[in-house]
Amino acid sequence: MSTSFSLSHFLRGSFPHGIHPPENKHFTAGKPIERLAFPPQLVLPLSQHAGKPSVALVRKGQEVVRGEPIARADGFVSVPLHAPATGVVKDICLMPSARGSMIQSIVLDVYPGDPQEVLYGTEVDVDAMSPAEIMQAVQDTGLVGLGGAAFPTHVKLSVPEGCRIDTVLINGCECEPFLTTDHRLMLEQAADLVAGTRILMKALGAERAIIGTEENKLDAVAAIEAVLSEGDTVSVKAVQTKYPQGAEKMLAKALVNREIPSGKFPSAVGLGVFNVATATQMGQLLPLKQGVIERVVTVTGPGIERPGNYLVPLGTPLRFILEKLGFEGSARHLIMGGPMMGGTVSSLDTPITKGCGGLLILNEHQLTTEEQMKRFPCISCGACVDACPLMLNPCELGRLANKAQYETMAERYHLNDCFECGSCSYVCPAAIPLVQYFRVAKSVNRTKAAAS
Amino acid sequence: MSEAVQLKTSPHLRGMHSVDKIMRHVVYALMPVVLFSIVQFGLSALALVLTSVVVCVGTEHLFCKSGERPSTLRDWSAVITGLLVALILPPGFPLWMAAVAAFVAIAVGKLFFGGLGYNVFNPALVGRAFAQAAFTVPITTWTPGMAHRRFLEFIPTTLTAPFLKPDFAGFNLWVESLKIDGYSGATPLAMMKFDHVEVDTLKLFLGTLASSAGESSALLILLGGLYLAFRRMLNWRVPVAILGSAFILSGLFYLKDPSLYPSPFFTVVSGGLMLGAVFMATDMVSSPVTPVGLWVYGILIGSLTVMIRLFGGLNEGVMYAILLGNAATPLINNLTQPRIYGFTRKRKEKAA
Repeated sequence: MSTSFSLSHFLRGSFPHGIHPPENKHFTAGKPIERLAFPPQLVLPLSQHAGKPSVALVRKGQEVVRGEPIARADGFVSVPLHAPATGVVKDICLMPSARGSMIQSIVLDVYPGDPQEVLYGTEVDVDAMSPAEIMQAVQDTGLVGLGGAAFPTHVKLSVPEGCRIDTVLINGCECEPFLTTDHRLMLEQAADLVAGTRILMKALGAERAIIGTEENKLDAVAAIEAVLSEGDTVSVKAVQTKYPQGAEKMLAKALVNREIPSGKFPSAVGLGVFNVATATQMGQLLPLKQGVIERVVTVTGPGIERPGNYLVPLGTPLRFILEKLGFEGSARHLIMGGPMMGGTVSSLDTPITKGCGGLLILNEHQLTTEEQMKRFPCISCGACVDACPLMLNPCELGRLANKAQYETMAERYHLNDCFECGSCSYVCPAAIPLVQYFRVAKSVNRTKAAAS
Repeated sequence: MSEAVQLKTSPHLRGMHSVDKIMRHVVYALMPVVLFSIVQFGLSALALVLTSVVVCVGTEHLFCKSGERPSTLRDWSAVITGLLVALILPPGFPLWMAAVAAFVAIAVGKLFFGGLGYNVFNPALVGRAFAQAAFTVPITTWTPGMAHRRFLEFIPTTLTAPFLKPDFAGFNLWVESLKIDGYSGATPLAMMKFDHVEVDTLKLFLGTLASSAGESSALLILLGGLYLAFRRMLNWRVPVAILGSAFILSGLFYLKDPSLYPSPFFTVVSGGLMLGAVFMATDMVSSPVTPVGLWVYGILIGSLTVMIRLFGGLNEGVMYAILLGNAATPLINNLTQPRIYGFTRKRKEKAA
């Protein structure tokens, strides 16, 4: 893979390899964001982000007002939590979570009939703030990567020593099939998005920002361009529609032709990468010093009557959303997130958290066809090798996984670079669960490393 | 909602291809070649194809049954092997010998290694290599195509009784009775090598000359390959590398001495090169997986073929070239690991 090879991909606004699963965005792409009613009860896990769980500031029986901080950050890599609705704290106890395990959560009984106005927050002048002050303010909003990783945003704003960020990339690719939240945000809230982008640029000291989206969302490009000025430092660019274009490594390749070195953050090549939803919330919340209390969720798929893009208070149980929108299945039909990287849920009582941008509801027909998929031995067709966006060799990795040679996988075949996009499993004609093997291998290696 | 919880990990979507679907389409792509072979050589070709396929499928079934393993027939790969074995044998090849070749192809070439996915060599070529060593004369006895009674009678050698030698005297009388002008019983490649007579390349391309049952029409083979490549069921790099390298290498020799060496066009359309490049070397199991490796593998096979044809004792070298390419596959795979995203060459050296 010579430089000229990667250059040709950059010129086409793309990255080598990747896959083209059916987009299936038609269910919701044309549906404006709509607010969903408040449920009678909210469940707010204290750990909705990567890092240390928040520490509750409220006690059982306490009344809270919408927007009020109800948990504080525990250290730097942690964020506070704000009340998504006015109500009373019913309990602080273990509740089901999207990760499958029961985790400590604040259960909030919402006052019915309350106007649910956000009474918290004070207007501030972001332009007058220093980068350090912005970083603190961002932590106070409780913002995390809303694209799914849920990594605290302010941590990304602290640039490691020796690195200088020249470009901010805003990720609006939304390469997962079915999902349309970022698409709708770019269309409807372009001004907030650009405002948030400028705050991020200021905090990082970057000279320019590029909002990257895919070619299937050209209307979003037009909407953003409408709020940009002539010769703006913020620009918008459509790159090739391809999965996993929305992975930050792929986006960096497609937008600025830089490769983020293995094991490093984007800051190593002068980049800061943020999701569209994160930047939009930043633009809305930071100037008012408010906290994240709701998010847009695409509820979609053939198993739901009224698919759409809904603004949902954090902590809303899935059961409430699904009953509102017409659903008659069980938890096994649900995928939280997109079909390529999302997870199944164990219970309909699982709440919406900060990192959840999509709910995919499959119908019975799709479940059975998937179960009928036949397994075959690997025929070395190389489809996975041609699909892997990182140029790993999933074929060889899969064979080693079969023999449980997990250490060789990591040492010789760069297992730890895999970010589990699932392209290899998608294309495999033998239906070998490659990425699933790799997850097991990584977790075994981690356990071993921790033990020694 | 009292159902059992069902947890799965992503991805929840699957692509359209499956192994049996790919194999089935390879069979479809081979059909024009098979049909043309039957049109050209008549009943004998039909019997040869049927024998070979039935024996391949039967052998696989028998082994699965005796090994108390689930049947692997549903993946269609035994059918492909059966078709290919028939297509690379002379049309008048005795059926009992074809059955032996087909049995060896599946039993030794595939199942001894562990079945589909584990075979080191292309099974059909293993079968043919065995036949070439065991039945040297019948495998080099060629029949003229388009004989007028081909749909009424078998080529005499076809019906040789099991474990007996074919009656070549009777065969020669039969060939004479066909009264075909200028027929020497030699393939174009043999004529080229031993007599330096180059036949019309266009005839070769369309497939109207003496050859193995299914190697005559380069055009039909190419069409089948294009279909598979278009459906992304065949890696285009392999045939392009093989045919390209064979063309260029033989072109260099041709430029050096056109009276001694065949033209590059003749090289790519003659003998088994087209069938080998499109349907044999592209066998996914026995070819490399890395993109660079596929090029290396193809160029290796293409150049070996030309070298064997021009300088070896044989007039045809595709089979051995592919088998050698198969043998080199693990090594090629090892040496051509792709450059991973986020690694510069310098870093890699340091790590090594």
